[in-house]
Amino acid sequence: MGQQIVKVKNKKGIRVIPGFGLSMGVTLSMLSILVLIPLVSIFISAGKLDFQEFAEAVTSKQVVSGYIVSISCAFFAAFVNAVFGVILAWVLVRYDFPGRRLMDGLIELPFALPTAVAGISLTYLYSDEGWIGALFAKAGIKIAYTRTGITIAMIFVGIPFVVRAVQPVLKRLDRQYEEAAQMLGAGRIYTFFRVTLPELFPALFGGFGLAFARGIGEYGSVVFIAGNIPNETQIAPLLIMTKLEQYKYSDATAIALVLLLLSFLLMLVINSVQIYMQRFSKE
Amino acid sequence: MSEKKKKSFEQDITGDGINSIKKVVETHNAASEGAIKYVLIGICVVFLFVMLVLPLAVVAVNALKEGWAAYREAVFDEYTIKAFKLTLIAMVTATVVNTIFGIFASYLLSKFYFRGRELLASLIDIPLSISPVIAGLVFILTFGNIGWMGDFLKSHDIKIVFAVPGVILATIFVTFPFVFREIFPVMNAQGKEEEEAASLMGAGGFTIFRRITFPHMKWALLYGVILCAARAMGEFGAVSVISGHLRGKTNTLPLHVEILYNEFNTTAAFAVSSILVLLALLILAARNIVEWKAETKQRQT
Amino acid sequence: MYVEMRHINKTFDGFQASDDVNFGIERGQLAALLGPSGSGKTTILRMIAGLDKPDSGDILINETRVNDLPGSKRGIGFVFQNYALFRYMTVEENIAFGLKVQKKSRQEITSRVEELLELISMKDLGRRYPHQLSGGQRQRVAFARALAPSPKLLLLDEPFAAIDAKVRRELRTWLKDMIDRVKITSIFVTHDQEEAMEVAGTIILTNQGRIEQIGTPEEICKNPKTEFVADFIDVKLGTGHF
Repeated sequence: MGQQIVKVKNKKGIRVIPGFGLSMGVTLSMLSILVLIPLVSIFISAGKLDFQEFAEAVTSKQVVSGYIVSISCAFFAAFVNAVFGVILAWVLVRYDFPGRRLMDGLIELPFALPTAVAGISLTYLYSDEGWIGALFAKAGIKIAYTRTGITIAMIFVGIPFVVRAVQPVLKRLDRQYEEAAQMLGAGRIYTFFRVTLPELFPALFGGFGLAFARGIGEYGSVVFIAGNIPNETQIAPLLIMTKLEQYKYSDATAIALVLLLLSFLLMLVINSVQIYMQRFSKE
Repeated sequence: MSEKKKKSFEQDITGDGINSIKKVVETHNAASEGAIKYVLIGICVVFLFVMLVLPLAVVAVNALKEGWAAYREAVFDEYTIKAFKLTLIAMVTATVVNTIFGIFASYLLSKFYFRGRELLASLIDIPLSISPVIAGLVFILTFGNIGWMGDFLKSHDIKIVFAVPGVILATIFVTFPFVFREIFPVMNAQGKEEEEAASLMGAGGFTIFRRITFPHMKWALLYGVILCAARAMGEFGAVSVISGHLRGKTNTLPLHVEILYNEFNTTAAFAVSSILVLLALLILAARNIVEWKAETKQRQT
Repeated sequence: MYVEMRHINKTFDGFQASDDVNFGIERGQLAALLGPSGSGKTTILRMIAGLDKPDSGDILINETRVNDLPGSKRGIGFVFQNYALFRYMTVEENIAFGLKVQKKSRQEITSRVEELLELISMKDLGRRYPHQLSGGQRQRVAFARALAPSPKLLLLDEPFAAIDAKVRRELRTWLKDMIDRVKITSIFVTHDQEEAMEVAGTIILTNQGRIEQIGTPEEICKNPKTEFVADFIDVKLGTGHF
């Protein structure tokens, strides 16, 4: 491997660790072949569409409703996850109780459990005959095959994101901030909202964004409970799937492109907010 | 400072605030503190029970609803076994490929400084923010009949879309950054002084990696491998798009669950699901053991 | 005595942080809790502040037992080691925090904040955020924030530890002046005996959870009661005074 020793001047002086060329080569080629080149195909295909075709595909009533369902349900689910995620992280970091380790270990279940399994079992649980669905059915509330059901499935897949984003920050958080507020006479709840929560906010926002993005793109766990009623409970990824099954590749590409740009935009916003918030933590 | 203001500070210390305060009933007592604690723990228990435990119970109950015989029949069904094999193949391939990538990419990004470093890091994360359905779609648009490589593949009689290679590629795509994301922060935090020192003493690249870099990140690596395997096993959307649902050929376990479910064969669907649940729980247990081991190791050093 | 500790004991996980601690401080004094790290001085400060509870013994402030009184009701201002300024709040908001909590009128808050900003000579920096300030400026803000609710007793935990050695001496003088000016009973924790000698009127020397000696700097220098005190003062003076 001796020939791989690259000595290039850079900001930090001379590169002395071997392996630069090799690892750069492996990284770039694997990334290109497995991710970037396939991804570019979607832009190539989209480039072949003429504008009218594209506009028609993404502005049809069904598609617009699909976007709205995906985005609104994902947003609401991410919000619920933000609230419960903070409570969960708080309980896991600050309290000691029997079963804490088990609770901590369970958080990643939505990550490890195949989405299709989660999908059918949530559908069973919340359908009118299901253990939980039946309780609500008595009150005349339908959960499965409505947007409520979609939101619940999205909450399920999003649980780990907020908890795992907030937990390490809370663990590292210096107790002095809370003690300082306490010494100045602030109550527990006031201290939490005015002092602790702002400290957690960048991480919380990042976790919220990831859960939101995951919800928008989620397919497996949502598709069963959604019921796929056109203009009602059809999610955007399902529409792509439907178009593909009908061999309408250009429509599928157009819908996917909008969804793709949307998620890039979302990531951009999250990153910008986090970079902005970082200014406050400069020492 | 003006005379008046100085006076106001002096007044502060002469007043005997404490004596008037002592009669105030203590509100922050330990009881209310404890109450908050148990209310919050209660909320978490209920939330996790409803959102996580009940769905697992649904799987178990429905899988065994028609008894052991029906369960065994569904689990040892020919198509289930074939789907299981394909799931394993896709899972192992994706995990191996992504582990190799993760190690090289984090070595590159943590030990060297070059222009475009941040850009490269965010490119690697792309698959995380993409809908799995789109991940499947991009391979159809690349290798399918209408894809720009479609003609080439056809003339050489290579099938990717609606075939096993497509399933594997889609699985790799969806889980691409997982190992990288676990080991990169650890390697980055470790810095590069140790590697530089070793290199100046004449150690070669492989020796440096094996003796210095690897020991620092082995737990994170194991952790990343486990997460990657878990996701690869369960991938549904991307695989669903690209597999063509050919039973016995391109069906993975999650797809098999879907087919059974859509055929209203719910007992079988849940029976097959139960295999996946067991695997998921095993993976979670492994993850926790790894984390616990890593923690105790850290405490020792 | 304004502040008094009587037979205080405290253990953390089997570690004896306070071992029958007894001392008192008169009103208006500036006292230093001095000792090597791990000698239990910060624990004493935190118990006076109500941040930690003693296992046994009594804490008295102005002849009143305050053991069961929450820290915020003891009339104490606390300056934390790293200042613990709220980084998402401006200097003004930081100083106003304790007043807002007490639901003071807006007018009252504004005038008090202004008064304090003037006291610490940072009138024009009220809108800044902590990350835009130097270490010394942060310390001054922490000082002003602790004084805002007009406490009767000021506690400072290693107030100079986070400051550059170069400006430390300057800040010491500043802080001593300020405390003299505001005339508030104060206790600060330090491991640096030079600092204690220079700033404090009374020194309380701690070692392994016990009080070794209490006295003015001169008394302690001329008449060290135990071998530990003699060693600690001597060694430190030897290295500290050139």
